[in-house]
Amino acid sequence: MTALLELDELEVRYGAVAAVRDVSIGVKEGEIVGLIGPNGAGKSTTLHAIMGLVPTKGGSIRLRGSTLAGKPPESVARLGIALVPEGRRIFPQLTVDENLRLGLAGRRSRSGAEEDIDAVQELFPIVREFRRRQAGVLSGGQQQQLAIARALVAKPDLLLLDEPSLGLAPKIVDVVFEALAEIRRRGVTVLLVEQRAQRTVAFADRTYLMSNGEIRLTLTPDDAGDTDRMVAAYFAS
Amino acid sequence: MTVIGAVDAQNLVDALGLGAIYGLMAVGIGLVFGVLRLVNFAYGQLIMAGAFTLAYASRAGWSTWQAILACFGVVIALSLVMEVTVFRPLRTRSPAVMLVATFAVSFLLQSIALLVVLKVQGQVGIPASTVAQLAQAVTIGGVDVRKVTIVALVVAIVALSGLALLLGKTTVGLQMRAAATDFTTARLLGVSANRVITLAVLLAGVIAAAVAVLLTASQSYVTSDFALHDMIIVLVGVVVGGIDRLWTATLGGFAIGFTRGVINGALPTDKSVYLPSALFALVILVLILRPAGLFAGGRSSVVDRV
Repeated sequence: MTALLELDELEVRYGAVAAVRDVSIGVKEGEIVGLIGPNGAGKSTTLHAIMGLVPTKGGSIRLRGSTLAGKPPESVARLGIALVPEGRRIFPQLTVDENLRLGLAGRRSRSGAEEDIDAVQELFPIVREFRRRQAGVLSGGQQQQLAIARALVAKPDLLLLDEPSLGLAPKIVDVVFEALAEIRRRGVTVLLVEQRAQRTVAFADRTYLMSNGEIRLTLTPDDAGDTDRMVAAYFAS
Repeated sequence: MTVIGAVDAQNLVDALGLGAIYGLMAVGIGLVFGVLRLVNFAYGQLIMAGAFTLAYASRAGWSTWQAILACFGVVIALSLVMEVTVFRPLRTRSPAVMLVATFAVSFLLQSIALLVVLKVQGQVGIPASTVAQLAQAVTIGGVDVRKVTIVALVVAIVALSGLALLLGKTTVGLQMRAAATDFTTARLLGVSANRVITLAVLLAGVIAAAVAVLLTASQSYVTSDFALHDMIIVLVGVVVGGIDRLWTATLGGFAIGFTRGVINGALPTDKSVYLPSALFALVILVLILRPAGLFAGGRSSVVDRV
């Protein structure tokens, strides 16, 4: 399998503070890769650097071998990377359907758009059921489903998810992970940032544990029970 | 009684015309504010540039339509130059920096206009006679209505309906509404910042050109401070209406124009110096009673900004 996304010795600084240091991650086509770690570990910053939301200080980010450095977010989106941002960031005053259709802006080709909308609505039935409602009145879990659906209609090669289960009731977290499993079956490559360490390790093909801006561990689903190692890496300085 | 009634109706019709023009200016300001979070203080000077174009076209003996076409061309071109040379490089800076930059552009354009007119004409202004025919009145139901009032109302209705269709029914309109709420997320979805902002600036430019024609019809002597006072009053109206949303800003512009027209008509000619005092006293009252804006809804944060 070829590497779809490659981060090589990535470094991001906020002023004097190094938020991400020497991070090298490879994501192959069809893989689900997890990125876990405590708050402030640099997980979201890594995703923001990929999307061009924050400038990188060193290292490289390549999609299918070509660099993404210096590209604005809209260009990165149109190259085939979709981010489901932390906190959903749906447009509360727009309808569910309008939110969904905004995702089409990231498509490289218009053809097949309606079929993809149908497919996404099948995956998340609430997106069809509530399509005329203002998105702001949906529950947190429904908004999360809408945010993922919106990213999927862009037909991305790579889906980045930033803590999709944050603030959701356990039952809704199950819904989100089931959706991710379905997305995997459909062949979409995923880089999943999560706080739910064990569940992510068990779910992803490979999971990186990040702390203080650096990768501390690489875990496989077999390591999901090894909480001691994870806890030690979480709190290592 | 009939005479007083006719005078009142006359007054209201004139006030409606001014309200329509100010409402249009408010749309122009609100559109750019929606996507850039920037109050473009130089918007008045775009109108001034359009008025000078009409004035120079009059001097050159161009026909009315040629003059109007030139006015649109100059104002739209100037809007786009402003976007590329000022707004775009400063887009990521703080709102204060952008605001000060638009002040600078505003004064620069006024100074250029003053220098050119003084140097070339040896006087402070030029008459724009080409659209003066719009100031002529027609009598409708015993009320003298200036043609410009009718044109202003028609232009305002057509422009607002067109804008509502564009924002509500087209993909780029949807993208503009999204960008006005959360530009970063819109860009993450693939919405082009340049495309959306350029379109907003372009639409605002088209409206500025239309306003230049309408204002020139009633104030045909064009000077470097043309539209400056109108711009300040519209800005106040926009804030009073609620700048956070395009429709409340537009209503604010219309309301302050209409109120100005009514007060102007109600004050005896020798008391017209009190017009600004009366207007701004009302503004202060509104801001005290409804600080979020005259037309702002309840506390709901779920509002459409554009």
